[in-house]
Amino acid sequence: MTKWNTLKLNLVQRLERARTITNNKYVSPEDIVRLLELVIEPGDKICIEGNNQKHADFLSQSLAAVNNQIIYNLHIVQSNIALPAHLDIFEKKIAKKLDFCYSGEQGVRLGKLIKEGLIEVGAIHTYLELYSRYFVDLTPRVSFIAAQSADPQGNLYTGPNTEDTPPIVEATAFKNGIVIAQVNEIVENVPRIDVPSDWVTFIVKAPKNHYIEPIFTRDPALITEVQILMAMMVIKGIYIPYEINRLNHGIGFDTAAIELILPTYGEALGLKGKVCEYMSVNPCPTLIPAIESGFIKNIHCAGSELGMEDYVAARPDIFFTGPDGSLRSNRAFCQLAGHYADLFIGSTLQIDTEGNSSTATLNRIAGFGGAPNFGSDSRGRRHASKAWLKAGEESMHPGKSVIPRGRKLVVQMVETFKDKMQATFVDKLDAWQLMEDFQLSIPPIMIYGDDVTHLVTEEGIAHLHRCSNLAEREQAIRGVAGYTPVGLARNKKVVEELISKKIIQRPIDLDIDPRRATRNLLAARSIKDLVFWSDGLYKPPKRFRNW
Amino acid sequence: METFQFNFGPWSNQSKLGSKNPIIVGVVGSGNLEVLVEEVDLKGRTQFSLETSIDGFEQTWQAVLSDFAEQKRFANTLITINDGGATPAVVQLRLAQAAQQWKETP
Repeated sequence: MTKWNTLKLNLVQRLERARTITNNKYVSPEDIVRLLELVIEPGDKICIEGNNQKHADFLSQSLAAVNNQIIYNLHIVQSNIALPAHLDIFEKKIAKKLDFCYSGEQGVRLGKLIKEGLIEVGAIHTYLELYSRYFVDLTPRVSFIAAQSADPQGNLYTGPNTEDTPPIVEATAFKNGIVIAQVNEIVENVPRIDVPSDWVTFIVKAPKNHYIEPIFTRDPALITEVQILMAMMVIKGIYIPYEINRLNHGIGFDTAAIELILPTYGEALGLKGKVCEYMSVNPCPTLIPAIESGFIKNIHCAGSELGMEDYVAARPDIFFTGPDGSLRSNRAFCQLAGHYADLFIGSTLQIDTEGNSSTATLNRIAGFGGAPNFGSDSRGRRHASKAWLKAGEESMHPGKSVIPRGRKLVVQMVETFKDKMQATFVDKLDAWQLMEDFQLSIPPIMIYGDDVTHLVTEEGIAHLHRCSNLAEREQAIRGVAGYTPVGLARNKKVVEELISKKIIQRPIDLDIDPRRATRNLLAARSIKDLVFWSDGLYKPPKRFRNW
Repeated sequence: METFQFNFGPWSNQSKLGSKNPIIVGVVGSGNLEVLVEEVDLKGRTQFSLETSIDGFEQTWQAVLSDFAEQKRFANTLITINDGGATPAVVQLRLAQAAQQWKETP
């Protein structure tokens, strides 16, 4: 007779073992390592909530302290490898296999452990891919999550950084898994219920508040005039002609420059109410002037940002907030919202002559995160908009289907050289070498060239989707690659033709006076200016306060 | 530290000498540069006199300045550049700003 409830029976056994430690959901911090040894079994799939910002760091450290004779061969399925403890468990042979998205600062050590054979990588995913697989073949048996507070019944309030919590909890709790939450405080009543108590198995009040990193704050003082020039080009050459109104901005200085010239340059061009009204992006402080001056109407956030809590709570018409008033972020939904927007614009580290881009650098596994889903044509899209239809129509070439079909605008915005004269444009991406070094099945490409519609450099805009073939497209890329070796190898005659066909538009072709590209065009030139714009509601973390 | 001199032209569009005031654009600083434009009798040519804090980029300078000279064709114009290690992007932006200013200088 087939048993249909083995997961449930196994869960009951695990909970039975935990009874030696607690009779309810609450576990004391001293008992947590022992609890993990009782409820985790060798070979389990484990998810440690550790995303861009919020980390279940206490639970992660506790897992690294379990006895590896009892707990071993774990399969880690989590989006972010960011803390030393995330890798300690592999070094200590508690875990063996890893499916993940992004590794940030631990990239070099991760690479080393893979080469030493201590980590077996399943795959490197985008966020949406990994969340999706939680509901397919990578369902966690035990998940560790982080929340702001819990009430005595065990209801959780995540605070503004809800981020990845919903898909992790949903997949685990509804497949007879175990959800363990670390909380900063236990309160009589939580401000709002983000996770209901019956989805939570155990709760521990962590000795220290969970770790949160302010990774989306860009100091306007560091924005350069070249970035301002490029921002002017994006507004004039892309946002105006395509009437871009639903979009996703990356989180670099290039897009911060666009946000900061909307209230000045954009206002003078009469664009308020016409562009940039609906955004899916984190609450980046550089958005404040564009919100305050009435450009942006609506923002859905993947996560929060330290210091922005009070400002966001005071602007509920703009942001999604709970009945308690604080931000409700959700990375999965924000990724979806951005995927079906009309435009994605972001930066990258390397671009090849087909327009493929990568942030991979040698000896370091960086992974993906959200950019590949934001920065790809959403082929399943069916609803039309002017931007989507126009880009689609411009991409129609002889020999292709006659069915009218729109297209998302995917814009890559880069300077031709990085600091220390490293060329952004290359003949071959480092990603290929990385593929060999780490025996990956495909090179880690962030955004595929055939998804890119526009390439913006200080030289101009290349409207890549309008090129009729790969050869022409290559020349369009070389044509804006400046004085890099890739740019110098351009065919000057073809590039001249592309300029006359307006497939390449330089600042002069867009009627942009280069003398206006000064920092005076920025609505805020410092963090302090942002505080003024917010009427004191934005409270920047200490490291950004220099006054 | 390196110094270079580049000459381009002569161009045919020569106007009378001695009527224009010099202009200056940009600042000397790390990653930035200063561009001084003056009218000088150079037999119709554009001349660049360049001092840069970063060695080893003569070919890049040659390429950037030659494209600029060809495009603008400023006759009898001496352009003095004090470079603090700017990228070609910054160099071009400063040159474009200087060119626009120079065109509008009486």
